[in-house]
This record gives sequence, structure tokens and C-alpha cells, in this order.
Amino acid sequence: MRSSTAAVRPLTGVLARGGRWLRRERVLAPLLVLPAFGYVALLVGLPFLYALYLSLTDATTGNPYGAFIGLRNFSEVVQDRVFRAALKNTFVFTLSAQGAVILLSNILARALSGDFRGKGFVLFLLLLPWVAPVSLSTIGWLWILHARFSVLDWVGWQLGLLPHGQNTFWLGKPNLAMFSVVMVHVWRMLPFATVVLLAGLTALPRDLLDQAEVDGAGFWRKLVQIELPLLLPIMSVAVLFGTIFTFTDMAVVYVLTRGGPFDTTQVLSSLAFFKGIVGGNLSVGAAISLFLFPVLLVAAVLILRAARRAEVT
Amino acid sequence: MADRRRRGDWRRGLRIGGRALILGAFCTFTAFPFAWMLITAFKRNSDLYNPVNNPFWFNEPPTLEHLEYVFTKTLFANWIANTALVGVAVVGITLLLALPAGYSLSRFLGAWGARLGVGMFLVYLVPPTLLFIPLARVVSELRLHNTLWSLILIYPTITVPFATWLLMGFFKSIPPELEEQALVDGYSRMGAFLRVTLPLAVPGIIAVVIFSFTISAQEFVYALSFVTNVARKTVSVGVPADMVRGDIFDWGPLMASAFLASVPVAVLYYFVMDKFVRGFTTAGAIR
Repeated sequence: MRSSTAAVRPLTGVLARGGRWLRRERVLAPLLVLPAFGYVALLVGLPFLYALYLSLTDATTGNPYGAFIGLRNFSEVVQDRVFRAALKNTFVFTLSAQGAVILLSNILARALSGDFRGKGFVLFLLLLPWVAPVSLSTIGWLWILHARFSVLDWVGWQLGLLPHGQNTFWLGKPNLAMFSVVMVHVWRMLPFATVVLLAGLTALPRDLLDQAEVDGAGFWRKLVQIELPLLLPIMSVAVLFGTIFTFTDMAVVYVLTRGGPFDTTQVLSSLAFFKGIVGGNLSVGAAISLFLFPVLLVAAVLILRAARRAEVT
Repeated sequence: MADRRRRGDWRRGLRIGGRALILGAFCTFTAFPFAWMLITAFKRNSDLYNPVNNPFWFNEPPTLEHLEYVFTKTLFANWIANTALVGVAVVGITLLLALPAGYSLSRFLGAWGARLGVGMFLVYLVPPTLLFIPLARVVSELRLHNTLWSLILIYPTITVPFATWLLMGFFKSIPPELEEQALVDGYSRMGAFLRVTLPLAVPGIIAVVIFSFTISAQEFVYALSFVTNVARKTVSVGVPADMVRGDIFDWGPLMASAFLASVPVAVLYYFVMDKFVRGFTTAGAIR
């Protein structure tokens, strides 16, 4: 009995002191931040280092620790024909999709600026590709682009663009399959770029534009000399984020083509998946996905710089 | 005078018509796959697979057989339940980690807080395809392969960074004087936070809840890599990977389940979209 109360007393003392100690901001502040940053360090930071390590070994699912083999994975990978195609495709898909997104989002955001009836519903329809799960919405495209029952083919027959009964094979021919993948990427990223741009448009200084109009500037002059320069930072944020998103995406290619026909639509991330996860070749898979990193890093740095200049608040 | 007004009307009409035309074309492009899912979901097979039929029209009376098939002959309901379970758990973990972090970054850490906050935002930009191979190893070392726990453990690596970033902005907009007054009134730091600051941050918290839930429901790469057991899949992987009869795609049930699973998520996400965009457009505003 006695010994237990004697033990309790110092404990409560410690707790009380601890409580006071906890209340000090210099202690409390880092303590509150620690769980979130610890989590991220453990499950993002360390795995990244682990990916670097894996890429330098010959680890497979059967032999997950492997042996250190230096840069051999990288030198073998860059000589691989499929890898080169995937690297090229990743850039081609990203650049052409983002190019189209820049053009279309500029048109769309202008059509959306200002108030009109039913704007909320129109926005919902326009945002659907972005807010719906991509792996599910892409199945919709898979059916639209079907080899035999494509609705686009049917429309082509009716308009006389395609001999009746003949199929286009949207996903079966290399060039068309690449076009289809890019189209779905454009479809997916257009809403995000548009709403970001719309936020920029609404924040444009009205009086400056009015003054320009009074001074006799026409539509194109206002667009090129005032609006576009002012919108450039925020447009960069949208495009850079879209770049990261498209560059590293795997779902669209996986659902539409699985990289086919004959690896002509393979991208870095899907190739890493097929080699590393499906094929069990962890080290080669890790090496392939590490090729995503340099572009990611550059885009992230540019985002921060552009956003610093945008400041639409 | 009247002539000028008529010309103004004419121009206005042209502008409205032009806008309607542009928006109509774009809406058709963005919403068409979903409309197509909806039509296909109610069409008989004999109607669907006849290339002569007008695909925009019900050439035979609509049917509920695909919906029935989805709920009775496939694991769709199971996948939905898995998705909901993972989503709720991820929301819980995200709030637990991001609320204190966002609060502390905005209140105490000053310039360092801003820097750490930007660091967190950058972590959000790290894509799953960069880390899925090492994380698959981590998951299998922890013996979580083929369990929903693998997703519950890993999804917060996407949600926590963005949630922390969002909440940091929210707490910043709540004047610290309110809390200081509560401290003067005799509340503890915790009491002041719970009674004064937290209620004011409710809109931000709701946004984080919806955001975390929809992100986990949308995720594809980790779910595809960590879970191969069909019964334990989430809906975003189960439908594209396993909604097949034998070797062939079964388009009626496939479209029905894709529509049913994607539209609720889309509606939820739509309501927080403006906060999502704000999170981006303010990425550099805090130095």
C-alpha cells in the first residue's frame, strides 16, 4: 500500500511538470507537427531511398534482397528497345496533351467567365473527367473506342466518313492508339486547367482592361498584351501540375491499351508496373520508375516559382 | 439611336449564342463517356451487339438485367464496401495527423512553418508510380499484402500532405487573437483550440474529409499493386480488372458498375473543387 502511494506521488509530479512543459510552445509546436512529418518521412522519404537502393541490386520478388550490381540495371534498361519507346511515348503523350490543354482551356475558361444561368450544372459536367475516378471513367472510353461497336465508327458511317460496316480499330493500330491515349489525357486534364485559369481570369484587374478598352485596344490586343502576360504565372501552375500528372499516370494506358499494340503506347510508369510488379523484377522496375524523378523535380521547382508570382487569393 | 441599340442586341445575342455553342461542345466532350455508360447500362445485349442498330437509341425496350447482374453475380457490392471502409479509415488517420500539424504550422512555427508547409505540398506532388515498387516491398514485409490494411497504411501518404497544406491555410485565416482571448479567460491551450479555433475551422475540416475520401476512392496504382485477391479489391480496381465474364468484357454490367461507382465520387469531389484549386493557386503565396 505504502510503497504504491509513494510511487504514485512522484509520478503525478512528473505528469504535472510534464503538463506545464507541454504547454510551452517551443515544445508543443514541434510535437504537433511530428506525427505527420514522421509518417511522410517513413512512408515517402525512406521508400524513395529504398527505390534508389533496389535499382542498384538484382532483387526480384523471389529474391527480394538481391545483390549489389551497381548501375547495370540502368545501362541495360537504356539499351532496351521497349524502354526507349516508353521514354519517348511518355514525353510525346505529355507534351501533346498539355499543348492541347493549354489551347482548349483558354477558350473554355473565357466562355465560362462571368455569370449565367445554370453555370453550376455546366461546371459539374465540365469537371466530371477530373472529379470521377480515372480508372472507371476510362472504361467508358474503352467502350466508346471498341474495335467492333465503337459509337464513333457508327457516327462515321452515318456521316459518310467511313465505309459502312468498316471499323477504325481506335486502339488496335499504333498511331490511332497513341492518339486515343492522348485524347483521354486531354479529356482528363482539361477541367483542372480550366478552373485554375478561370480563377486567374476572375482575379484580373478589371479597371486595367476597361482602361485599355477606352484607349481603343481591340480584343486581340487586350488578349496578347494584357491578359496573357498577367495570366502566365497561373497558367504555368496549371500546366506544370498537368505535366506531372500526365507524365506519371499509368491508369489511362493500363485500362485503354495495356501498353499495346506491340508496346507502342507503353509509358515509363506502365512499363515499370509490368516489369516490377507483374514480372516480379523489382530492381529493373524501380530503375525504370526512377526515370520519372528528374522531370518531377524540375516541374515541382517551377510550380513553386510560378505560384509565387501568381498569388490569386 | 434605335439602330445602335438594335446592333447592340444583335451583338449580345451573338455573344450568348457563341458561348452556348462553345460550352455545349465542351460539355459533350467531357460528359459523353458518362452518358454513354448510362445508356449502355440499360440496353439489352441483343441491342448492344448489333452494329446496324442506332447506338444512341433504345431499339429494344430498356432492361434492368445488367444492374441485377452487377449486384447478384459479381463482387461489386463487396468492392464498394471495401472502398468505403478504406475511405473512412483514411479520413480518420488523415485528420489525426493533419489537424495538429496544420494548426501548429500556421500558429507557432513562423517562417519555418511556411517552409515546412511548402515541403508538405511538394510531397503531395510525389506520384504513386514513383514509389509503388518499394512500397509493395514494404507492404509485403509487413505481411499486409492482399489486405485492405495495406491501402489504409499507404493512402495517407497522399492525403496527409495535401490536408496539412489545406488546413494550414484555413487556420491562418482564423485570427489568433480569438484564441489568446480564450487563454486569458482561463482556458488551456487545448481548451482554446477545441472551443474556439476548431469550430471556426469546420469548413476546412469538411473539405479535408471529402478530399481524403474521394482520393482514396479514386486511387488506382497502389490498389492494383498491393491487392490481387479479387474479394479484397476496391471498386476502382475491381471494375476495370475483374468485371469480365470468362475472357470477354461484358459491357452492360461493366458500364453500369462504372457509372454507379464514379458518379457519387464525382459529386462529392465537385463540392470541394474550389478549395482544391485554391490550395494550388496559393502554393507560392506563403513565403
